[in-house]
Amino acid sequence: MNATAVRAERPLGNARRRLSAALWRRPWLRAVALLLPPLGWMIVFYLAALAVLFVSAFWSIDSFTGKLTHTWTWANFHTIFSDPTYRQIAWRTIWMASAVTLTDAIVAFPFAYFMARIAGPRQRTLLFVLVLLPLWSSYLARIYAWRLILNHDGALNWTLGKLGLPTQGWAFTNTAMWIVFSYIWLPFMILPIYAALERIPDSYIEASRDLGARNWTTFRRVIVPLALPGIVAGSIFTFSLTLGDYITPSLVGNVDFIGNVIYRNVLGLTNNLPFAAAYATIPLLVMGLYLVVAKRLGAFDAL
Amino acid sequence: MRRIRKWHALLVAAAAALCVPASGVSSSSDNSMITKVGKTEGQLNLIAWEGYTQPQWVKPFTKATGCKVKPKYGGSSDEMVTLMRTGQYDAVSASGDASLRLIFGKDVRPIDPKLIPDYKNFIGALKSPPHNTVKGVHYGISLQWGPNTLLYNTKKVKPKPTSWGVLYSSKYKGKVTIPDNPIQIADAALYLSKAKPSLGIKDPYELTDPQFKASVDLLKRQHALVKKYWVTAGDEIDLFKNGSATIGASWPYQTNTLQAAKAPVKDLIPKEGATGWADTWMISSKAKHPNCAVKWIQWVSTPKVQAQQAIYFGETPANTKACVIMDKLSKGSCAQYHANAPTAYFKSIKFWKTPTKDCGNGKSNCMDYTKWQQAWTDIKS
Repeated sequence: MNATAVRAERPLGNARRRLSAALWRRPWLRAVALLLPPLGWMIVFYLAALAVLFVSAFWSIDSFTGKLTHTWTWANFHTIFSDPTYRQIAWRTIWMASAVTLTDAIVAFPFAYFMARIAGPRQRTLLFVLVLLPLWSSYLARIYAWRLILNHDGALNWTLGKLGLPTQGWAFTNTAMWIVFSYIWLPFMILPIYAALERIPDSYIEASRDLGARNWTTFRRVIVPLALPGIVAGSIFTFSLTLGDYITPSLVGNVDFIGNVIYRNVLGLTNNLPFAAAYATIPLLVMGLYLVVAKRLGAFDAL
Repeated sequence: MRRIRKWHALLVAAAAALCVPASGVSSSSDNSMITKVGKTEGQLNLIAWEGYTQPQWVKPFTKATGCKVKPKYGGSSDEMVTLMRTGQYDAVSASGDASLRLIFGKDVRPIDPKLIPDYKNFIGALKSPPHNTVKGVHYGISLQWGPNTLLYNTKKVKPKPTSWGVLYSSKYKGKVTIPDNPIQIADAALYLSKAKPSLGIKDPYELTDPQFKASVDLLKRQHALVKKYWVTAGDEIDLFKNGSATIGASWPYQTNTLQAAKAPVKDLIPKEGATGWADTWMISSKAKHPNCAVKWIQWVSTPKVQAQQAIYFGETPANTKACVIMDKLSKGSCAQYHANAPTAYFKSIKFWKTPTKDCGNGKSNCMDYTKWQQAWTDIKS
């Protein structure tokens, strides 16, 4: 190393030393430097976007040219709450999200219970792979697969016909949507329930038995309450994912969900972004309420 | 200490810089009429319907003019309008229900038709049609047109239908499919204009309140009969292939594709006539490559390209000289796609246009497109 290089490096080394000393003296500065990148990301790309969304919900568009009018108006919210169509679509979406969540909870619990408490290590690995396997393939491919199954001349009707049973006409109905939604979000319910069940110490169950509780009582009074945060955590996924999805309804259903109305107002029809923004606040509100309740039930301890 | 403050200030500045929303670089817009073609710019960004920028006529164009074509497919008229407003595209193949919105939104530039040598060979009705010519000013050059047809399964639908009424009767309940598009209200209005003359519907896109309500009510009653409101042409092709639908509103493209796949289907224009589309190439007022855009319009107006596109998509060319070439490319295709049909055929089609408040009779008591959109959401729910 020659002299010039050392001289050139010194100011930089000094600066670095001074900086680290400053950071050591002031812990708050350290915290700021550490938190700023993720926080900045959160604020700019998430909260700022939400704020813009909320503000633009109060704008409107010119009905013919479709250009934005930046005047403050409640008209969008008035339409949403006074027009029975939009109320109906919102209720339908919430209702479907609830039905899917309930179905997934009922289907996932025994599965997760078997995985966590009965299956051996090898079986458990195999089951894990089976639960996660569908997530490796495209969501769209799986929806199209269901279309092929439920179609008029599809796999299901073919099987029913061979068995001599009456065929079904579920294609493009709410029943089809319910089946497909329940299928697609099932892994998101199984995994949190599994995590919650796995955490229950065997000693609790032994204690319950020692105190004279039968299997059913142990299940009802020990296992279910301890697994509840896991169920609620899973339901956050199934509920919010159903609430926001618009692809499944447009591919396997024949009616609009909240997401379809938003989508068509953004990239279709009149490009009515303000109305889309106003309607988008509905699922936000619903999810906000849901999360408050979920927190009360301890869902976030299980995540 | 001073250094720390500087560092601190830097952090704040960085945070502030992040918070300033990136202001879009809006290019200047030019709404003057294009009267001459200059040197080509080497590139051309287009918004087109799928099938409108096929290599068989794009490649020779690039070879002849040096303009590299970058197409972006629009899924619907509404999407095309939205994309045009970004200012990133030079031209769009707008249908009649998008063109007026673009004209009144000042998104497109007028063009002198003298720049297009083939313009003089266009059918008369497409030289200055109301969907692209306002007060004698041309905002684009017509391209191709076609009808929305009634498609049916020849094995399941008997007798052969003659009226759009078959889509509203319970005979084929659960086997009907129609497009998921608010402009579909015009199809109901067209049917009612003949089925219920007392409503006095003259133009299916200019509907007063009672006429509009009657059309919407008809579509609401139809909802129970509809298996699926199709979103893409592929959707409808699937529905007919797997037997989920046996009758529906369609484009000739679906019929061609299904017949090529040996599906037992036919299409026809019922006795009430049909709605249809007439597309126009329009140049953006923010076009960065206007000379290439004019060259492109000249190119797609030539008889050969008109014929190629007509056969590929299954529509009718605006250029009357395309007929001969169509028959050379594929025997009988000129008659099949009505390229030699009399003016009466053109007149029997009610072309898509943007519904506005102005009814064309001086009164402004018609339903505008926002109302159509809301009603469509209502019909489907």
